[in-house]
Amino acid sequence: MTKREVRFTVNGEARAVLVEPRRTLGDTLREDCGLTGTHLGCEHGVCGACTVMVDGQPVRSCLMFGVQAEGAEIRTVEGLAAADGTLNPLQRAFWENHGLQCGYCTPGFLMLATWLLERGEPFGEEEMRHVLSSNLCRCTGYQGILDSVRQAARELGQWTESAPG
Amino acid sequence: MDGIGARLKRVEDAPLLRGEGRFLADLNRPGQLHMRVVRAAMAHGVLRGVDAEAARALPGVHAVWTGADVAEVPPISFRMMGLTHLDPYRQPILAQDRVRYVGEPVAVVFAEDPYVAEDAEELVFAEIEPLPPILSALEEPRDFDARHGTEAVVLRKGYGDVEAAFAAAAHVIELELACGRHSGVPMETRGALAFVDEGGVLRMLGAAKVPHHNRLALARMLGLEPERIHLHEGHVGGGFGIRGELYPEDALACLAALRLGRPVKWVEDRREHLLAANHSRQQTHRIRAAVDERGFVLGVDNVFFHDQGGYVRTHAVTVPDLAAAMLPGPYVWPAYRVAGHVRLTSKTPGGTYRAPGRYESSFVRETLMDEIARRLGKDPVEIRRVNLIPREAMPFDRRMDTLGTPLLYDSGDYHLLLDKALAHFRWDELQAGLAGRRAAGEMVGAGMGFFVEKSGLGPFDDVRITLDGQGNALLVTGAASIGQGVETSLAQVLAEVLGVEAARVRVVHGQTDAISRGMGAFATRVTVMTGNAIHIAGTKLRARLLAQAAKLLQRPEAALEARGGMIRAADGSGAEASIGTVVAAILAETGEEGLTEEGSFEAHHMSYPYGIHMAVARVDAGTRGVVIERLMAAFDVGRAVNPMLVEGQIAGGLAQGLGGAILEEFTYDAAGQPLAVTLADYAMPTASEVPPPEILLTEDAPSGIGFLGLKGAGEGGTTAVGAAIANAVSAATGRVVTALPITPGRVHRLIG
Ligand code: FES
Ligand code: FES
Repeated sequence: MTKREVRFTVNGEARAVLVEPRRTLGDTLREDCGLTGTHLGCEHGVCGACTVMVDGQPVRSCLMFGVQAEGAEIRTVEGLAAADGTLNPLQRAFWENHGLQCGYCTPGFLMLATWLLERGEPFGEEEMRHVLSSNLCRCTGYQGILDSVRQAARELGQWTESAPG
Repeated sequence: MDGIGARLKRVEDAPLLRGEGRFLADLNRPGQLHMRVVRAAMAHGVLRGVDAEAARALPGVHAVWTGADVAEVPPISFRMMGLTHLDPYRQPILAQDRVRYVGEPVAVVFAEDPYVAEDAEELVFAEIEPLPPILSALEEPRDFDARHGTEAVVLRKGYGDVEAAFAAAAHVIELELACGRHSGVPMETRGALAFVDEGGVLRMLGAAKVPHHNRLALARMLGLEPERIHLHEGHVGGGFGIRGELYPEDALACLAALRLGRPVKWVEDRREHLLAANHSRQQTHRIRAAVDERGFVLGVDNVFFHDQGGYVRTHAVTVPDLAAAMLPGPYVWPAYRVAGHVRLTSKTPGGTYRAPGRYESSFVRETLMDEIARRLGKDPVEIRRVNLIPREAMPFDRRMDTLGTPLLYDSGDYHLLLDKALAHFRWDELQAGLAGRRAAGEMVGAGMGFFVEKSGLGPFDDVRITLDGQGNALLVTGAASIGQGVETSLAQVLAEVLGVEAARVRVVHGQTDAISRGMGAFATRVTVMTGNAIHIAGTKLRARLLAQAAKLLQRPEAALEARGGMIRAADGSGAEASIGTVVAAILAETGEEGLTEEGSFEAHHMSYPYGIHMAVARVDAGTRGVVIERLMAAFDVGRAVNPMLVEGQIAGGLAQGLGGAILEEFTYDAAGQPLAVTLADYAMPTASEVPPPEILLTEDAPSGIGFLGLKGAGEGGTTAVGAAIANAVSAATGRVVTALPITPGRVHRLIG
């Protein structure tokens, strides 16, 4: 199948890759950009392990084609820590609250939560649960993940106690 | 402090949080081919032939194999030896003349690109002449092949005089109870990357759980000397019993790497996973109990039917065996008889899934106990108190075997845990509140399930520990990690025993070329078995360190203590030396590069942790859906190496138990077509369905096995969750829940 060139930025870095039109964004990031931190858990849009940010919105990279990302600004889990590897407040909160076990779902949850933390509208327990219930984790039972996101939101001034759970 | 009991943050986490994990799909080898399995689209039939011509002609396709190409490879055997009566039921790596479930491998494609491999898969045509599918283990057995029936075996166990118990009974309680078909469904699907290295050794990445065993099994199947093959474990995205078993795809990838002379990579997709990886749990029990006036169970007679699916896989009959043996759980039950009919059906073959056999049998046992209470007009708590094994009876001989070991409960104070759990859950207050809500028209209730777990299955584990002159430790174990935090826990045990800092311990696991034998990670065994092996090796090292430090510090050994990477005089004089310095001094004398000791721990009995699950469930009057308002696990772990990790295991286990209780089920239509082939159909719990877990960890009954008092915590989060939720829904609706999962459809049939 003929390949097409697409250009986008990933974590601020400009990329130009040659991909088949049928190649998913997930595969494009993993196989053509070497960014294997984004995981594929179902490739049919249910698990959210493949969540990345495209132009500021959380997107399931298994449901989008690479060629659709032309000109987009993409962010993946590899862009969260500082250049020297220091964890950001959200990653640190996952570490401190045992927010991961096998770590397979973790990049997807981190990117989903990053969107929640950065959208500039504080959230409470109920909304956090609602948003995070779009991704699946089979190991933790979710409590550690919720504790982690809550801690990060508090630390970043994005938490509101008022919304009753 | 970073020894046993510390809530140490995990050493595993940082790379995973940065997206630097190395899961199987992340690995590549130059020149690799991509493998794609062609799977049967029919549940049962005669395989007349496979036409692969069009696929072979597709550009980029390197080879296509059908059954005939691998006919000489023996089918996949069982991990336990000596089960030749089950041999006819083993699965070939590609179907030969029959297909027995939708998803069975019938051909395999190797191509330059994974997308092309999928294109080619669609061009392969398997001609299958349909036969009627077998959809239930309750159906009468039929022919499996010309000489064998579909009832592979009937397991019989028991003790005591069951006839006399029923003759003496004041009441006989009977129930038919069914558990649905579930599986572990880890978020990472399976995969393998096989290649032959420069030295001519076949290597397979993507191993998990039991790499040492699978290495030998693959060597046998492929006709290789064991030295010519090694298995390697990388990051593993969840195991839960199903990952790491030897499946057809592992053998196909290895065989292809040998035959085609190129690396072969296989990554399963999710649909394949739901069709091809082991299913579990589906059983129907017909149980009868003989009960006296007080509600004391005099005897139990149980017959059950285990839906094994199309073949008997690596676990052989482990699951029904555990179900049969562990059904009596924490109760005295002086007489017991069980017959477990293991039957083949036209479904994905079965194996273990977290708390195998116990999730099912706990549902049966605990539903029975509640029903006894109802029939006798007594309190379910009281019925349990009357029947629990008293502390004075420990160690308690269950007078049955399972997995080749006698079922001997090592320790336990069941009444004490019941009291603690009731207080923690505020059970009595809760009952009043729930009665009020029911009077106001809500369908809401509380239920419990008591269970006995098992952990630390032997027979052995080895470790090799090497210290260097900088105070670092390298710990090599034959155990495996499936994402449960093994590296952190084992480092903590070594820190406790030896006084090194946990942060300086590097753990190597799951590599068959790093240590000659190993049992792997299953049956909640690693912390107990490997932990005790570390104790043995660590104690030897400690003796050598203290002897050397005594010379250095001019103090008698007895006056020294090792902690936090230092050896200090206990007299407060401040005399101290770092462990690295002491090791360096020893190495200077011996001329060796590292100070190494090995430890081997053997155990011929398991240890038996125990616990109680409690749940509050509400039935939505509109949707008939079950909502879990509260969920608790009270669990005695003997001794927790890292309470944070133990709580994590329990919390994850609770969610999986909840999934099996109300959401998850593999269903089939009348033609044997599976209806749950995506994660949208196989509904697993999300953050919306799982309430905040309530966890009560106790350490009242340290294990008498080994040196450290440890029992495992891998499965106790799950075991009786189905039971507790079923009893809660029964309390909510006033009708006995007889089948899991309690889906809206089942609730509707229950209450109309
Ligand atoms: S892999 Fe994209 S949603 Fe599951
Ligand atoms: S940590 Fe394993 S799936 Fe979430």
